[in-house]
Amino acid sequence: MAEQTTVATTGNVLVAEAMRQCKPDVMAAYPITPQTTIVEEFAKFAANGKTHAEYVTVESEHSAMSACVGASAAGARVMTATCSQGLALMWEELYIASGLRLPIVMANANRALAAPINIHCDHSDAMGARDAGWVMLFAETAQEAYDNTIMSVRIAEHADVMLPVMTCLDGFITTHSIDRAEMLDDASVTEFVGEYTPRYALLDTDKPVSHGNFSGLGGAYFEFKKQQRTAMDAALSVVKSVGAEFSALAGRPFDVVEGWGMDDADVAIVVIGSTAGNARHVARDLRAKGVKAGVLKIRCFRPFPSAEIREALKGVKAVAVLDRSESFGAEGGPVFLEVKSALYDLDARVPLVNYIYGLGGADVRLELIESVYADLSDIVSGTAAPSAMQYLGTR
Amino acid sequence: MATLKELTANPDRLAGGHRLCGGCGASIAVRQIMLAAGDVPMVAGCATGCLEVSTTIYPYSSWRVPFIHNAFENSAATISGVEAAFKGLQRAGKIPADKKMKFIAFGGDGGTYDIGLQSLSGAMERGHDMVYVCYDNGAYMNTGIQRSSATPLGAWATTAEVGKAQQGKIQRRKDLTSIIADHGIPYAAQASVSHWKDLTAKAEKAFACDGAAFINVLSPCPRGWRTASGKSIELARAGVQTGFWPLFEVEDGVWRQTVKTPTLKPIEEFLKPQGRFKHLFAPGNEALLAAVQQGVDEYYAYIQKRCACEG
Repeated sequence: MAEQTTVATTGNVLVAEAMRQCKPDVMAAYPITPQTTIVEEFAKFAANGKTHAEYVTVESEHSAMSACVGASAAGARVMTATCSQGLALMWEELYIASGLRLPIVMANANRALAAPINIHCDHSDAMGARDAGWVMLFAETAQEAYDNTIMSVRIAEHADVMLPVMTCLDGFITTHSIDRAEMLDDASVTEFVGEYTPRYALLDTDKPVSHGNFSGLGGAYFEFKKQQRTAMDAALSVVKSVGAEFSALAGRPFDVVEGWGMDDADVAIVVIGSTAGNARHVARDLRAKGVKAGVLKIRCFRPFPSAEIREALKGVKAVAVLDRSESFGAEGGPVFLEVKSALYDLDARVPLVNYIYGLGGADVRLELIESVYADLSDIVSGTAAPSAMQYLGTR
Repeated sequence: MATLKELTANPDRLAGGHRLCGGCGASIAVRQIMLAAGDVPMVAGCATGCLEVSTTIYPYSSWRVPFIHNAFENSAATISGVEAAFKGLQRAGKIPADKKMKFIAFGGDGGTYDIGLQSLSGAMERGHDMVYVCYDNGAYMNTGIQRSSATPLGAWATTAEVGKAQQGKIQRRKDLTSIIADHGIPYAAQASVSHWKDLTAKAEKAFACDGAAFINVLSPCPRGWRTASGKSIELARAGVQTGFWPLFEVEDGVWRQTVKTPTLKPIEEFLKPQGRFKHLFAPGNEALLAAVQQGVDEYYAYIQKRCACEG
């Protein structure tokens, strides 16, 4: 295990530090709340000569991702950060980054999408991009945001993957709150991520290549998309193996899903991001009262770890899936739909309830989590099962 | 400036056999401009459009330099990224510090004047060491001749139709070259495929300057202009000689007309051969034709004045 320094700081500072330690060649970014302090921290590194990266202060998020695409195709290790409307403005480029198989690493400081305009946390931005072909990791804490950023470089640049990676952290909750975290030393991170050796670089003028050719004739587009699926499927085991390696370095466990109390749970909450901590807190209290409560946190959302989720939930008597975003007109939130699909292959049906919660930074009080477990206990005892979709905490 | 003989000794970086139309101004502009870069290593980028679609049909490519196409509006931002990578990798010691490279981005008028203006403006303001070339054929030609903000007043386009209530485009064209020149970049110019010496001289200056450079090239489109393939250069020349497309450059803030046109020909000589202006010569449209002439005269006078005052 490497030496580490205990720090008290915000998730955004830790993400910026992790980016610096990963030694990117290009950072192209546009500021947007609550991501801004990531790019501001990075600007300090650039101004103080603490990074060799060319810092491109673009005029929009669309150009941020466009420049990242150009820089990554050129052969550079490339990073950026955004959220919310910024991620939405990048939407077109997200698909191009993944379609060109460019291992760009981006932090997304989860924030609600307008309208009405709202700067606080929910997962609408990331979930809107869930089919863009990016590997997507969600952090519960500032520590995880730091760790995920470092691991993302290895995942993105893995020969079997070569896909961009989005590391998500909850806006203000994780980005701005001061948290305790362990930071690795620069040398350990540099060694862990290694050097990036691109296979098809524009700047390698001895081997000229072209990126982004027109594939509208002859059907090649379809084959490219199939290859992207293969790469995304391969990413699951890469996320695991890189997690195991990082765990050996940092002494913190990482898997694609993380269960708490799941071995004998009767009732369980499936959740993504910072709310996992609230759920675990409530579950611990309930355990003291004799309720067999569990929490299943999904750390890797793309690729979706269906088999792991199936395995974790197969014996549970009632499950709640918490969604911090809407999928208007669908049968539930994005996480719910995925979990429900995963459980279809089980012989025995697991009762499932979906709760939409915390949109636009709405408080996730412990009583709300308690009420979810209470609903689940009702289902287990055979009474008053709530309908499949609930809004949690609306007035 | 290189002589024709010297230019022909340089590598031709756009291969023949691409699928652009006969008489297309874009391929002429691209070939002439890239000839002027000599044999310096180069990365080229291109906006979505005719040039990209016709030169990069997978698994083929007409580009004899490393090439990237990203999307419609972001050729400038994309090449910004490539140039930034070059600097970052040089700073990292992964590319030799003394290695020289050139970066060039192409876009049509749609991808430059309209949807790509923000991306271009950003790249110019940041001062990336790149040459941005707009091949201006005055409409969205790739998608079937829709109007752009470069489409001249009165021109027919499929989204600026000719009918009982409207006679082609209602608005005058945007003066992009002046807009970009006013970013205060080291070099901005307006050129035409008809004046190859002027064009290649401007390209040499653009490549030589340290920072962002911009060239706007009049590039006839036989399909969109409704003209015969063999008429392109003649029409581009008429564009210059009528004052529709004055040739000038802005070098470190100094404006200069590079090809003098002491006696301007009437705008009819540019308009009449083109099918897209046919309706302007129909009875009842005399006032519109006069307005077109007036607009051209005003623009020419404006450019002359800036060149006289500041040059």
